Amino acid sequence: MRRLRFILALAWRESRASRRRLLLFASAISLGVGALVAIGSFTENLEKGVRSQARQLLGADLELGSSRPFSRNVQAVLDSLTRAGARVARRTGFSSMAYVRRTEGIRLVDVRAVDPGFPFYGDVVTSPAGRWPALDTARVAIVDTSLLVALSARIGDTLEIGNAQFPIAGVVSEVPGHVTGGFNAFGTQVYIPFRDVPATRLIVFGSRVRHSALIKFLDPRDARRLINRERPLFDRERVARQTAEDTQREITGVLDDLSTFLQFVGLIALLLGGIGVASGVGAFVAGKIDTVAVLRCLGASRPLVFAVYLTQAAALGLIAATAGAGLGVATQLVLPRLLRGLLPADVRFTLEPDVILGGIGIGVAVAVLFALRPLLEVRLVSPLQALRRAFETAPARTARDPWRLVAAGALASGVLALCMYRNEDPAVGLGFAVAIGLSVGILALAARLAVAGARRLTRGPHARVRWPYVVRQGLANLHRPRNQTRSVVIALGFGVGLLAALYLIQANLMRFVRTSTAAVQGRPNLVFIDIQRDQEQGVTGLVRSAGAPVLQVVPIVPMRISAVNGRPKEDLLRDTSRAAPRSWTLRREYRSTYRDSSVSSERLVGGAWWHGRGEAASGMPYPVSVSTDLATDLKVGIGDAITWDVSGVTVETRVVALREVDWARFETNFFAVFSTAALERAPRSYVVLTRVDDAGTRARLQRAVSERFPNVTSFDVALLQRTVERILARVALAIRFMAALSLGTGALVLLGAVAAGRLERIREGALLKALGATRRQIERILLAEYVALGALAALVGIVLAIAGGWAFTHYVFELRFTVPAPAMVAVFGATAVLVAVVGMTASREVFRRTAMEVLRDV
Amino acid sequence: MLIANNLSKIYLSGGRPLTVLKEVSLAVESGGFLAVVGPSGCGKTTLLGLLAGLDVPSSGTVLLEGQDLGALSEDQRARLRGEKVGFVFQTFQLIPTLTAQENVQVPIELAGQRAGGPARGNGAPERAWELLARVGLDGREHHYPAQLSGGEQQRVAIARAFANEPKILFADEPTGNLDAATGGRIIELVVELNRELGTTLVLVTHDPDLAARAKTTLHLRDGSVVPAAAAS
Repeated sequence: MRRLRFILALAWRESRASRRRLLLFASAISLGVGALVAIGSFTENLEKGVRSQARQLLGADLELGSSRPFSRNVQAVLDSLTRAGARVARRTGFSSMAYVRRTEGIRLVDVRAVDPGFPFYGDVVTSPAGRWPALDTARVAIVDTSLLVALSARIGDTLEIGNAQFPIAGVVSEVPGHVTGGFNAFGTQVYIPFRDVPATRLIVFGSRVRHSALIKFLDPRDARRLINRERPLFDRERVARQTAEDTQREITGVLDDLSTFLQFVGLIALLLGGIGVASGVGAFVAGKIDTVAVLRCLGASRPLVFAVYLTQAAALGLIAATAGAGLGVATQLVLPRLLRGLLPADVRFTLEPDVILGGIGIGVAVAVLFALRPLLEVRLVSPLQALRRAFETAPARTARDPWRLVAAGALASGVLALCMYRNEDPAVGLGFAVAIGLSVGILALAARLAVAGARRLTRGPHARVRWPYVVRQGLANLHRPRNQTRSVVIALGFGVGLLAALYLIQANLMRFVRTSTAAVQGRPNLVFIDIQRDQEQGVTGLVRSAGAPVLQVVPIVPMRISAVNGRPKEDLLRDTSRAAPRSWTLRREYRSTYRDSSVSSERLVGGAWWHGRGEAASGMPYPVSVSTDLATDLKVGIGDAITWDVSGVTVETRVVALREVDWARFETNFFAVFSTAALERAPRSYVVLTRVDDAGTRARLQRAVSERFPNVTSFDVALLQRTVERILARVALAIRFMAALSLGTGALVLLGAVAAGRLERIREGALLKALGATRRQIERILLAEYVALGALAALVGIVLAIAGGWAFTHYVFELRFTVPAPAMVAVFGATAVLVAVVGMTASREVFRRTAMEVLRDV
Repeated sequence: MLIANNLSKIYLSGGRPLTVLKEVSLAVESGGFLAVVGPSGCGKTTLLGLLAGLDVPSSGTVLLEGQDLGALSEDQRARLRGEKVGFVFQTFQLIPTLTAQENVQVPIELAGQRAGGPARGNGAPERAWELLARVGLDGREHHYPAQLSGGEQQRVAIARAFANEPKILFADEPTGNLDAATGGRIIELVVELNRELGTTLVLVTHDPDLAARAKTTLHLRDGSVVPAAAAS
């Protein structure tokens, strides 16, 4: 006990001279701890919110949904529920054009027709307040705020949906069962009374409609009971079930994934900070040799000296981690405000003690684990060095110090434990650890190569280029004793790499979005869908009279698969063997077309197209072409037979052609393409594609079509593209924040490195002054050093970013990868400037001291 | 030619003025050899710093080669040092990241850069080789300071001190960190170069044997000049 008190006291006293500098090394872990605490606490808060508001999120205990109107059997179940005391509200959702005559504004919207009583749980917030019940009594619409902006409309204007007119009674900012705000790409919400759906006359052949029944039970547990009891009926009728618990699980699942990813980045930032601590402590220990030698002379044992410095490291880790946790809590406080409107549930701020304490614990552990190895050096200091310091600048390191292996082992298992700590699945944790080890290893290797390259280029007898003295001296400084070039290059390089990789991926996605859709001349940028057979001529006529080309008229025929190679669908669905088709291929509704050749977004990879109308002799199958992905999952190839149910009529086909389809192209693409003869008598609707470059003309054409054919929906691809870009930008923002955090850690490591080399720098500056160097010359030397350091870090980061960005774009998105050179040059330049500014600012002291220091052996 | 008149230096120590040098005057003619001796803490190093223009006196003037140091800015003093002054330090003060040859080149290159010319055109490497050969280190040009012994490091420092053919050489306890035999050889080298090149030599030491070789000796005690008899 007394010994422990002595160690603590000595650790405290001994730290006097260098507390601030030590704290600077340790602060590199603060940002990482802050990120872990902020993300962890915020996710906990949010999940608590989701758990307590699960029913409000759905607005009911159970939602039944189907793409077809409920059958008589399902309706009977609903009626029996009502009789038993449960409450049932109907909801119908479909897409439509909404038009305001006064402003001539038109927009594709997501119509939700609701019964009185919905929602059963949670509140609807409208403006003006209390307008929601108006849906029960009048033919009105309540709309998303963004729709008013898009249509330049105001409350009181009349909204035309199909053939019906709805005065806008108010705007809605919160509705259970729907996250308001920016993430809805395809339509802002419009709520109308359920009973007024027929008046719109929009539910016609081929319309995509979602029919729902929302149920509130007397006992919420009845939801599960009902599902269990009626499972065969629901399965047969293709009725989807969603309980409030399902909603909660889905949301928390997504949150967990997101949080795991962000915490992973936070953990990397923390470990980069750890590398900074290690190198800072290394430099610190090298400067403590005198003190240690004196302590040893005075009789301190090796373990005691080691314990004193380890205590210092742990204490500083504790301070830095606590500060980081405070930062994290502050961020947690701000996050809900930043993310308002994007969150699925209300978030109440509560302190999460286990997350905060866990974060502090992790911070201290990282500080100690990383300090362990460099601290071992103090054990090797001989008391003799107190007497003859000038000759013994570095402690003699025995070739194989078993303690160094122990320290390395502790570090490795510590990192592994950290990765496992947050992950329930040990394999994922192990994967994290390997990924971290690999990325840090690659960074270290890249940093080493870059430094060695710079050295070869300018130094020694074989230098290729004779650079000016100040540049050579600056570059040589990268190898000065106790330098931290490698740790700075790793930490900064990682931050730069992460930022640049995100930028590259985003830029490639954006480029793809632009080149694959409307921006390319000749590609369609306006799409009309749900055109009925008798409306086709009218729509194409309107398009032509607006001076626009009719690029494609595509017939669409809905159908389902009823048998494959003679085996009925029901039989195949029961088959669980590997050779059986995947169930989605048998359950889905196909929207197919007929033609006799490939279009630009697809490629024939097997078989051949039929000629002309593709007639089949009586009793023989028609030819059909399927996409390669459907062929794979349906387990069919050339020559196999597929039987289709086309609006009750059986159509026999045989696969004669396989197409590889580029689904990402915003054009009409099909799993199955039939011959004209097979489908020309089937009920169908049409899609018309055109291109109108002028936005005003585009809007006028949409209005003209919508006015004459209210059921026809149009997509403005340019608008859609902007929405996609906005979503990408939002997602990128969160990740970029984490990247900036890594960069911030890198900057702290840099500051720590500059602080660690402070004495060397001052001494060298004074010496150079004594030898006749002017302030300008010393400035240039330092500038060369920092610019070189920044350039190395940027180079390493950018190379990694290009490798990572390529891998991600190529393997995950399967897109062509290009490097926007000007942006990378800008990243390179900005990093060099940033490092130079930070370094020069932190080196001011060199200029404040006079040349006299050189005589006074500081 | 070096003249100092009534040099005083007062530092603030814990808020109170502390006089480290009191009205010291001296003169060394060109090619002369002055030894400054005295016990630890008597102000020797402070005086050397003022004479070389590394620091500015609280009062008094220094004339170095006819230039009044007090009238020059810090950068102008640095320039004057680069052209006319050489230094040898007790702790050698070599730049650890540069080889022996590169260390010797530093003053040449600093001067070359200032003159605006490219460093490579002024024959700096050749001159460095010559100087290293002169101090007996030929063949060790590409060694780093850490690879050299104490005596060898000090010889590199001497080569560096003579790199710009200085008019005056300041040496601060140049043998303080060396054993007697090595120290003796170093002093021989400095004195020899002094004689050969006609360089003025100002040497700070507390080694009486070393001081005895100087033409003139200045004894310092508690910041003031005292007669030789009183000093011993």
